Amino acid sequence: MVHWTAEEKQLITSVWSKVNVEECGAEALARLLIVYPWTQRFFDNFGNLSSPTAIVGNPKVRAHGKKVLTSFGEAVKNLESLKATFSKLSELHCEKLHVDPENFRLLGDILIIVLAAHFTKDFTPTCQATWQKLVGVVAHALAYKYH
Amino acid sequence: MVLSGSDKSNVKGVFAKIGGHAEEYGAETLERMFATYPQTKTYFPHFDLSHGSAQIKGHGKKVAAALVEAANNIDDIATALSRLSDLHAQKLRVDPVNFKLLGQCFLVVVAIHNPSVLTPEVHASLDKFLCAVGNVLTAKYR
Repeated sequence: MVHWTAEEKQLITSVWSKVNVEECGAEALARLLIVYPWTQRFFDNFGNLSSPTAIVGNPKVRAHGKKVLTSFGEAVKNLESLKATFSKLSELHCEKLHVDPENFRLLGDILIIVLAAHFTKDFTPTCQATWQKLVGVVAHALAYKYH
Repeated sequence: MVLSGSDKSNVKGVFAKIGGHAEEYGAETLERMFATYPQTKTYFPHFDLSHGSAQIKGHGKKVAAALVEAANNIDDIATALSRLSDLHAQKLRVDPVNFKLLGQCFLVVVAIHNPSVLTPEVHASLDKFLCAVGNVLTAKYR
């Protein structure tokens, strides 16, 4: 069970309230595919991923990025029960999607960079630490049902 | 992992933009690393790690100088950082996993201070560069 202090919860919800899920999700997924190109292996049916410009402009990347980050929003709403919240998604990623959990960590790190660029000085060291903890526990929860 | 021509020019571009702020970035990178990954503090039991500490500033300056040196000699990082590579292998022996953590924090600092510079392409190049530096520093570990 992860423990969240009142300060951490506050930092999480206040940052999340200012996030444009569609834009941020699209950007995070695009950057994942650009910075770690081997992650494109899961998206053969996404069409043109041949260049950073193509990836950023790809409507399937945008749509999927929004979907992924919307799902991440469930974590923010259920900080005390992340494993339960992501149980079905964890099974899906293992059994159907066959995604190495390392990819959840990579996406988490990318999300941090996107938030940093967006919030700049407001993304204080404490804020970064809290969010890095959050992406870590979400990645852990998503990997939890792997077998 | 190889740095392409455009990776090299992207990295040089970032460091040109950072300019004289490199030392501050170094200190902020360390501060964020200690806050985000407390296990990294185990390498600095002899340091005052409080915010604004002179030791963090001093060490941040050294780390930044090494990154600048690597960027300035990007065609042969191994030679440029050879002495540092020996130091890490023989004396410091920082576990290799920690270079990635430092790299993540450096990217965050660049993102915070220069969000418009860190396009996806530049982000990719800088991430590769930081990996390359980490690889050089751990190359002689065994």
